[in-house]
Amino acid sequence: MSRQHQQIHLAAHFPGVNNTTVWTDPRSRSQIDFDSFEHLARTAERGLFDFFFLAEGLRLREHNGRIHDLDVVGRPESITVLNALAAVTERLGLAATVNATFNEPYELARRLASLDHLSGGRAAWNVVTSSDAFTGENFRRGGFLDRADRYTRAAEFVATARELWDSWTPDGTSRPFAHTGGHFTIDGEFGVERSPQGHPVVIQAGDSDEGREFAASAADIIFTRHGSPAAGRAFYADVKRRLARYGRAPEELKIMPGVTLVLGDTAADAQEKAAEIRLQQVSPQTALLTLEQIWGVDLSGYDPDGPLPDIDPDPDSQLTQGRVRHGDPLAVAAKWRALSEEKGLSIRQTVIEANGRQSFIGTPAAVAAQMTEFVAADAADGFILVPHLTPGGLDDFVDRVVPLLQERGVFRTAYSGTTLRDHLGLPYPGERG
Amino acid sequence: MAVPTGTLHLAAAIDGDGQYQAPYYVELARLAEEGTLDFITVDDTFGPPGPGRGRLDALAVLARVAPATGRIGLVPTVTTTHTEPFHVSSAVATLDWVSRGRAGWRVEVSATEAEARLVGRRPAAPAGELWAEAGEVADVVARLWDSWEDDAEIRDAATGRFIDRDKLHYVDFEGAHFSVRGPAIVPRPPQGHPVVAVAATDPVTWQTAARHADVVYLRATSLEEAGRIRDELRRRAVAHGREPGALTVLAAVAVDLADGEGAPGTAPAVNSPVALIDTPGGPPLYRGGPAGLAELITGWHTADAVDGFHITPVAPRHDLERFVNGTVALLQHRGLFRTFYPGAALRDHLGLSRPASRYALEREAAR
Ligand SMILES: Cc1cc2nc3c(=O)[nH]c(=O)nc-3n(C[C@H](O)[C@H](O)[C@H](O)COP(=O)(O)O)c2cc1C
Repeated sequence: MSRQHQQIHLAAHFPGVNNTTVWTDPRSRSQIDFDSFEHLARTAERGLFDFFFLAEGLRLREHNGRIHDLDVVGRPESITVLNALAAVTERLGLAATVNATFNEPYELARRLASLDHLSGGRAAWNVVTSSDAFTGENFRRGGFLDRADRYTRAAEFVATARELWDSWTPDGTSRPFAHTGGHFTIDGEFGVERSPQGHPVVIQAGDSDEGREFAASAADIIFTRHGSPAAGRAFYADVKRRLARYGRAPEELKIMPGVTLVLGDTAADAQEKAAEIRLQQVSPQTALLTLEQIWGVDLSGYDPDGPLPDIDPDPDSQLTQGRVRHGDPLAVAAKWRALSEEKGLSIRQTVIEANGRQSFIGTPAAVAAQMTEFVAADAADGFILVPHLTPGGLDDFVDRVVPLLQERGVFRTAYSGTTLRDHLGLPYPGERG
Repeated sequence: MAVPTGTLHLAAAIDGDGQYQAPYYVELARLAEEGTLDFITVDDTFGPPGPGRGRLDALAVLARVAPATGRIGLVPTVTTTHTEPFHVSSAVATLDWVSRGRAGWRVEVSATEAEARLVGRRPAAPAGELWAEAGEVADVVARLWDSWEDDAEIRDAATGRFIDRDKLHYVDFEGAHFSVRGPAIVPRPPQGHPVVAVAATDPVTWQTAARHADVVYLRATSLEEAGRIRDELRRRAVAHGREPGALTVLAAVAVDLADGEGAPGTAPAVNSPVALIDTPGGPPLYRGGPAGLAELITGWHTADAVDGFHITPVAPRHDLERFVNGTVALLQHRGLFRTFYPGAALRDHLGLSRPASRYALEREAAR
């Protein structure tokens, strides 16, 4: 197979509870009504996508001791939505983000096996590891898990779930299981027959060294933030290199960055739309709040259209809760100040500039070419597309870009199998003896 | 405690141990919906239903059924002993969202040592203790449903605010076994409160049932016994400050319509007296024809012993079909049961109003 024809995998991410999602647009619909989920899932299936993806957060985000109110807030529980979507789709994979800290293997393995049965082999689980005490306040055990242990628990959780899934033979015989480990000591019988995929597909979304190692040892897909060609290539090489240690081949782990895109009739039209969307994503209030998340202090007295604050960030601030914090605040603040001074940008303009552009901007032909090139250059195996509008944000992509990817021979023209493992070309797990 | 004889309510179990294919459940659900039943149930246990046996997660099954049906209520069993109250609240609220207001849940506990070992977090405990905890779970689950006021989402572009955060509330629940901070991550479900059911077939459940349930199933082999139990449950509900009519009391009956009365649709004479067979471990069994079952239902309901029946077809495909096309058709013909759904939500079928959020009421009162 020539490098130009490396196949692309595609997934549809339901718009999240962050400012990528534009809710002020008149086309924006409910983030909670089933209609919205059905629309996006049907669009993804029409586009022959590999899977549909739902994120999760187990506590509403807070800022300065109050519930964050500037972005979309509130969403339904993933696995239940996906079971319902299994009724209105036939081939599309169905991926739920579910936390490994505030769940237990028996119950979750059972729920995922049930989804796999009810969807005819289309279930996937994005294993996330948030373990903070803030989120723990909603659960029986509170913030019981040390951050350093988040991946040892996740790894043992996934291994245990697979032991449970393997406890039924393919011909329908249940055998007792017993697991003894640092995090779980359980035994008995698993109450769900082996499901069509044997093991639902496992996705990992975390970027630390431990996260990458866990993915190399146990995941089928990595959902990553490295959506630029350069960062993508480095990440791809790093993670694929780790696979040999676990006796795995490079094709057994798919790298799929989360990406955004803007289509236009001309390159200039697309750029113009992209700028407009960035302005919608960063309202004056969001600009100040984004700055507060880095500075860690109240900046409500500042003018979003004025210059950046000259005070220094508080690196130990607890101002923001329930959100993953990126990078060293002092370094980020220095970078943003430099950016603002160099280009003469206000607070809002700086935030827009620093938050970066959409991953793919251009005509359908240009976007199809960029995506093909991205994958051919070993920067990814495919993409998790994050639309900015609910629920119609991928309509154009499916209508205008998918046919071009198909023409290029880099994307399927029909589903060739029925399960998500089939779509991804992943092996079926061998049964344990 | 006179509550006038009201609408007859009918519900049916569509269980299928060892059934893993969605079409099995969809077919039964549609059949029940053709019979305009109030709701269908899928039972569940935390562990396997028996050695070497399996079943699907009940809430998952009914979420799969939801888009394939339009009106019928969907009530899965959800256990409270080895699960997280916060997750239970989210899952049932989500079932309400995907079914557009047709969800309920039947509260159940996990009392066995075998189930405790599947999770390994706590030892098995006596049923009384577990039912007290189940009451706390039902309580916090409903508080979480209330933790978003109905109009919390404002989408106010002028101020950049998606929600009015004054209309989101911490529940700060402190129970004997757990605490939950809140608010919910799922906005208030369409029904406000999805329906809460308890199988009050054992007195150990009665306190929790009387306090938290909207629907209870009782176990009785005569209408006199049924009436006595209903009175007792209502008395306890009143003691908790509820209206006696707040409880919809259904008699649980297993039905075997295999070889009685010939073809459905005709109205044959019922020549043997209608009796229920006491079966240990399960609901009392009715064995006979669809017309005889209609007699039994009519008799108990007009004597005002129960508000209706929850039936468990012994052979689901066959018995549910005869129940709907025989028994229900007769009850409809006699004007005792609805022939269409006047409402869209399960609470509508049950004649329950949509409750306001307790936090909205508190905020109103404080103004
Ligand atoms: C692309 C991406 C998506 C994520 N999505 C979620 C999510 O939906 N819910 C969640 O709780 N955590 C999510 N996380 C957080 C990770 O699960 C993980 O907790 C976090 O990245 C910290 O782990 P790390 O130190 O390995 O990066 C996501 C992370 C990444 C990189």
